[in-house]
Amino acid sequence: MTLLHVERAVTGWRRPAHRPVCFTIGRGEIVALIGPNGAGKSTLLNALTGNGARLFSGHIHLTPEARVGVQTQHQPPVAGLPLTGSELLALTEARPDGLPQGLSACLAQRLDALSGGQRQYLALWSILHSPADLLLLDEPGNHLDRTGLASLPAALRTRARQGVGIVLVSHDARFTQACADRAVEVEPLETDDAN
Amino acid sequence: MPIEWSLQLELFWRPALTGALLAATLALLGLYLRLRREYWAALAYGQIGAAGALGAMALGALPIFGGLAASFAVAGIKHRLEDRLPGAGVFPLLFVLGWSASLLLTANLPGVERLGQALFEGQLYFASPQALGGAAAALVALTAFLRWQGKRLLLASLNPEHFHARKLPAWPIRIGIDMLASAVLALAVTSLGVMGAFALVFIPAWRVFALAPSWRAARIAAPLAALFAYLLAFAAALFFDQPFGPVLALVLGLLALCTTSMGRKAGNDAENVSFQQNPPRL
Repeated sequence: MTLLHVERAVTGWRRPAHRPVCFTIGRGEIVALIGPNGAGKSTLLNALTGNGARLFSGHIHLTPEARVGVQTQHQPPVAGLPLTGSELLALTEARPDGLPQGLSACLAQRLDALSGGQRQYLALWSILHSPADLLLLDEPGNHLDRTGLASLPAALRTRARQGVGIVLVSHDARFTQACADRAVEVEPLETDDAN
Repeated sequence: MPIEWSLQLELFWRPALTGALLAATLALLGLYLRLRREYWAALAYGQIGAAGALGAMALGALPIFGGLAASFAVAGIKHRLEDRLPGAGVFPLLFVLGWSASLLLTANLPGVERLGQALFEGQLYFASPQALGGAAAALVALTAFLRWQGKRLLLASLNPEHFHARKLPAWPIRIGIDMLASAVLALAVTSLGVMGAFALVFIPAWRVFALAPSWRAARIAAPLAALFAYLLAFAAALFFDQPFGPVLALVLGLLALCTTSMGRKAGNDAENVSFQQNPPRL
């Protein structure tokens, strides 16, 4: 079943950011959007979620009944907020089953008492394991420590095997090779193209 | 009912109960206003409510209805004002305008001085059955609203992109919390005074944010702390025959100072994305 079909889409904020992009993703697939910094990968992801970026040309068709989960590069602002790991997971209805052992032991602690890597992994887990059909992840490996980064491809694969489609943005070629079924290159729009 | 009992109910128990209900409600509301970085709202709605109450009294209507009407009207146009006046200045502006209107009404309209004084200083002895009913209704309404939308308020503050992507309706959050805050503050200022009500919104939530081990604990601790401070202040104001609002603010301030040695050890704050530096985008 197709969850998302992107056909010759050009997106951007004030002006087109990248060349036309085409891809389709169904249940259980992982598609990586790759490309150099500033190519417009995150912008495209923002357009997919309807979070402000514009679609200048082409089509984006998202299956209406698909439940979408979104993880951005922003870390949740939790310093000074009395919120535990368990409470963060409960907000997105994510289950803690399968969390790495070190992290499941931290669930009762306030998030601002954890390390940056632990906090980022929990924030990612809260989206990754929320009830969703399609997950859009922007640089999911950012801010993770070495252990978290090493366990991430397996975590994504497990989720895909459960029937979830995953679109991820990453500039890390090794990471995308380890987990994605295919990669779609997003190329920046040259000035001549824009004209 | 014997006349002494009736007097005691009128002069002591009813105001005490009204204030206690409002204290718990304001502290609970304060947690969510702090979550949304909107604690200035407490001052703005309170002061606008005070101006509305004075205006209503001058017109011969019940002050509490005037306060509610003015406060609701401001909550209704808040988002439109924020769109036209960006920069987080709307609530301070409303506070200044409300303060100005209140003082001008008090200075120029005969017969409202006593209410004006009560609104600024807070008072102990007068609470109508409507005020008590309103305070109870406010607590019930806020608790019911938070049961319905509390989780979504948190999600919208922490991960607005995910909130949007799930197509969760934003209007109950945007309108609901504003309407509730305006109603609770308009009710509260008539018995606790503007600054007393603000202190109950701001101080318990501020200290509980720093010290509570979880959100669940914060939701219990803030109303309990506010209730404790309120009862202490009520007894002290009665015993020393002092204006209630300043005594309440003093008690809350002293309790806040007492908690400074209870500072929680945070993790790596340099790595933390500050909650206070990242306003919610809903």
